This record gives sequence, C-alpha cells and structure tokens, in this order.
Amino acid sequence: MIEEAVAAAFRDEWGQVVATLIRVTGDWDLAEECAQDAFATALERWPRDGIPDRPGAWLTTTARNRAIDRLRREAVGAAKLKEVAAMTYEPAPADDSGVPDDDAVPDDAVPDDRLRLMFTCCHPALSPEARVALTLRTLAGLSTAEIASAFLVSEQTMARRLGRAKQKIRNAAIPYRVPPAHLLPERTPAVLAVLYLLFNEGYSASAGADLVRRSLSAEAIRLARVLATLMPDEPEAFGLLALMLLHEARSDGRLTTSGELVPLEEQDRSRWDRVRIAEAEALLEAALRRQEPGPYQIQAAIAACHAVAEPAGDTDWAQIAGLYDQLYRIAPTPVVALNRAVAIGMAEGPEAGLLLVEDLAASGALADYHFLAATRADLLRRAGRHSEAVTAYREALAQAGTDGERSFLQRRIREISA
Amino acid sequence: MKYLLLICGDESAAVHASDGCEGWSEEMTSRGVVEGGAGLAPPSDATTVRVRDHQVLLTDGPFAETKEQVGGFCLIDCEDLDEAIEIASKHPATRYGTIEIRPLLAGPPPDLS
Repeated sequence: MIEEAVAAAFRDEWGQVVATLIRVTGDWDLAEECAQDAFATALERWPRDGIPDRPGAWLTTTARNRAIDRLRREAVGAAKLKEVAAMTYEPAPADDSGVPDDDAVPDDAVPDDRLRLMFTCCHPALSPEARVALTLRTLAGLSTAEIASAFLVSEQTMARRLGRAKQKIRNAAIPYRVPPAHLLPERTPAVLAVLYLLFNEGYSASAGADLVRRSLSAEAIRLARVLATLMPDEPEAFGLLALMLLHEARSDGRLTTSGELVPLEEQDRSRWDRVRIAEAEALLEAALRRQEPGPYQIQAAIAACHAVAEPAGDTDWAQIAGLYDQLYRIAPTPVVALNRAVAIGMAEGPEAGLLLVEDLAASGALADYHFLAATRADLLRRAGRHSEAVTAYREALAQAGTDGERSFLQRRIREISA
Repeated sequence: MKYLLLICGDESAAVHASDGCEGWSEEMTSRGVVEGGAGLAPPSDATTVRVRDHQVLLTDGPFAETKEQVGGFCLIDCEDLDEAIEIASKHPATRYGTIEIRPLLAGPPPDLS
C-alpha cells in the first residue's frame, strides 16, 4: 500500500523533483542522487508518518535538504547554498492531485522545470541516442540498467553514454531552459521526435520481448501528456499524444497469442480500446481546430480513420490517401510515399498502388526496407497476380526483422499457393 | 563562456578565402562577442611538429590528411551554446563549409604579468 504510493509518486514526481534540483544546483548527478535519496527516505518514513498530502512537495523538500547537506560538506559558496535553501516546490499546472495552482503567478511566466529538462535533454547538439537515454533517465526515472536493457547495450555502455551527454551539457554550456519563441519551431520537433522514438521502441517490441522494453510506450505516453499540458499552444504535442494513444488502443489486436503479426484488416476490432480512441479523437479535434497542421496531427488523423472504421471494409481509404498526400507535402520521405501507395491501392485499386510502388522500387530509396517487398507482394496478391506475389513475399521474408513478421509472410505464401 | 569556432572546408572553399564575412565581423564585433580570429594560409603551407625522445620531428603538411581542413578560426565569448550556434550559423562559411564549435576548457585566467 505504502509501496504503491511511493511507486505512484515516483512515476508522477520523479521528473519534477530532478528537474527542479537541476535548475537550482546546476548539477545533474547531484540532482539525480538527491532525488533517489528522497524516494528512499519516503519508503522509510511514509509507513510510519503516513503519506503526505502533497507527495511532490514533500519529495522536493527532502531532496533539496539532501542537496544542501551535500553542498555544505563539499563547502560550496554561500550564495549557491542560499539559492538551494530558498528553492520551493512549483506544483505542476492543472494536475489532478487537488493541489491548487498558484493564481498569483501565470503559468507561462514560470515555465515548468520539466519542460526545461525536456528541451535540454533533447538539445540538437546531443546525439539522438544520448537524447533518448537522458530523457529516460532524468525525466522518466528509469535506471541505467533498465535503459541499457531496453536498447540492448551493456550497462557500462549506457552509463558512458549518459555520462558523456551530461559532461557535454556542462562543458559546452548547453542552456537549461525552454528555448525562446523564435527557436521553438526548430527545437520542438526534436522533443516530439524523442518521445515518438521511445514510443515506437516499446511498441515494436514483440509480445515476448522483455517488459522493460514494452514499458517504454507507457513512459512515452506519460511524457507526451506532460508535454501537451506544458505546451498548450503547440498542436503538434497534442497530435503526437493522440497518435500514440491511437496506436496503443489497437495494440491488443495487433499480434496473435503466439506473436504473429495480424494485418490491420484482419484484426478483431472489438479488442480495440474504445475509451482511448475517444480520448485521442477529442485531443486531435482540439488540435486540428487551431489550423496549424503538422506531421503528427496528420498521422494521428490517419490512425483515427482506421480506429473508427468497423468493420475494416468501412475504412475511408480515399480520405486516408488524401491525408498521405498532405503528409507527403510536409515530409516527402520514401516511407511516407510507400504508405501513400498502399492507401491509393486501397482507394483506387491495386494496379494504381502498384504503379507507385514500382516507381519507388526503381528509385532504389527503400532497397533494404522489407516493407517495400511486403507491400508490393500484397498489392500483387490483391491484383490476382499470384505467382509474382509469391516471389515478392519470399523477397520480403528474406529481409524481415522479427519472427512475428516472418510467420505472417509465410502464412500469406501458404494461402496463395493453396 | 568562450568557444573557438573552427572554420573548415574542403579544397573548393579556397575560392572564398578573400570573400570577407558579409557583415558578420561587423555585427559580432558590435555585439562584443568576438575576441579574435583570422583566416589561415592553405594546409599545403602547414608544418606539423612533434617532439619524441627529445627529437623535433617535422612533417610537411597538416596533422591529419582529411578532406576538410581548418581554414580559419574565431574566438568568441558569449552566453551559452545556443548563442554560439546562432553566431556560427550566421557566418557565411557555413554555407560552403562547416564550423566546429569547441568550448574552451574552463580554467583560471592566464597570468600575463
């Protein structure tokens, strides 16, 4: 019971406690260590003294006191000590913990420390791997060992990666702040990209994969919720959250119990999470009303078209094809082109899709991407060109990355050959 | 916070050697962020020195034969990496070459007495 409360507080408050301590002490390692101590102290004290009314404030104060002790022992300047001692807990805006917001201070004047931390972790001067690792460590509170296991590297490698990133932040003076308005358009996509990458790492892990990896999706959704709350004027943050929720809502029907991939049209749609889908639709509608479309909102809109189609035959492929047109104009990548070809193949017939896929194959842009062969195979199968389809399925099979994908492709070959 | 901007380019960048900086120097000097800098003679004029076992060893040419070579440098003093990036990205050399931003090691000020 107490352990559950501490675990819940860890999930909800870790990022805030660390973020505030970094702002005040400027020392990332000290911040993490003191936050860790505060949670350990909670495990000791809460069973005896009861759970505090405001766990976040309690944890921040405890961590701050630890930091003061440590700094005093290391005999730092009096000015720094005073600053840390004066540090107060800033409640998250609009949380549902029953803590009233401080009405005297408008939210936008006091940016949440977690937002500072997100932008700093995702600074483009850091390598993409470092951004992801730092975000998981400092904002989500995953241990170095957990992050290492999620990314299939040794704990030592991950510790070095985190250490180097923190060292660069310090030595190169990467500012700990939310970028000024004129930099937001170029900096926000990096934050969104890190969260989406985290989500996909968890999402693409097969059912048999270890739970740490699967939990990355939940962490990504949690962080995306925080980001959307902290950036209420950024429709792409809401688009990203909606997109993640829509994927997550459909994750149950996506694999068979043995881990085989189930194509969208064959999924049991009654297993989809209607509550999440409804939440995502509401978020997306609110975002789209701002008339500032971006890649995440468009992808969410596409995912929403699938989510509301029941049965699969009701899917509005013409609308999906139109959305891919729009996405391709903003993000002209070969993968988007491939998905657009699929949608056009569904809306206008497989031969129309095949024409586009052949063009794409000829360009050589997706030579190593097994979904290219799998898509071609599927369009050929739909067009009734079975022997060509089998050849293409075999090609995809040779490139497929997971067992789930391989067994799906093998099933297709058996079906057409029968 | 001090940074060294290493202005790099391949051979083709040589044609820009006497382009000037299109107002960059003027802007940055008036902002008070530039502490010094210069363009460099080509790598073919470089001499590389090593001392091994008390022997001075010289090599004709730059320390590493890479496609991109340092063609100039600039020492700046500004708020943080974001400002250093902004300063570097306004330099015309970023459009044909690259600029590497290297923070200077923090240490006590040099004793010049």
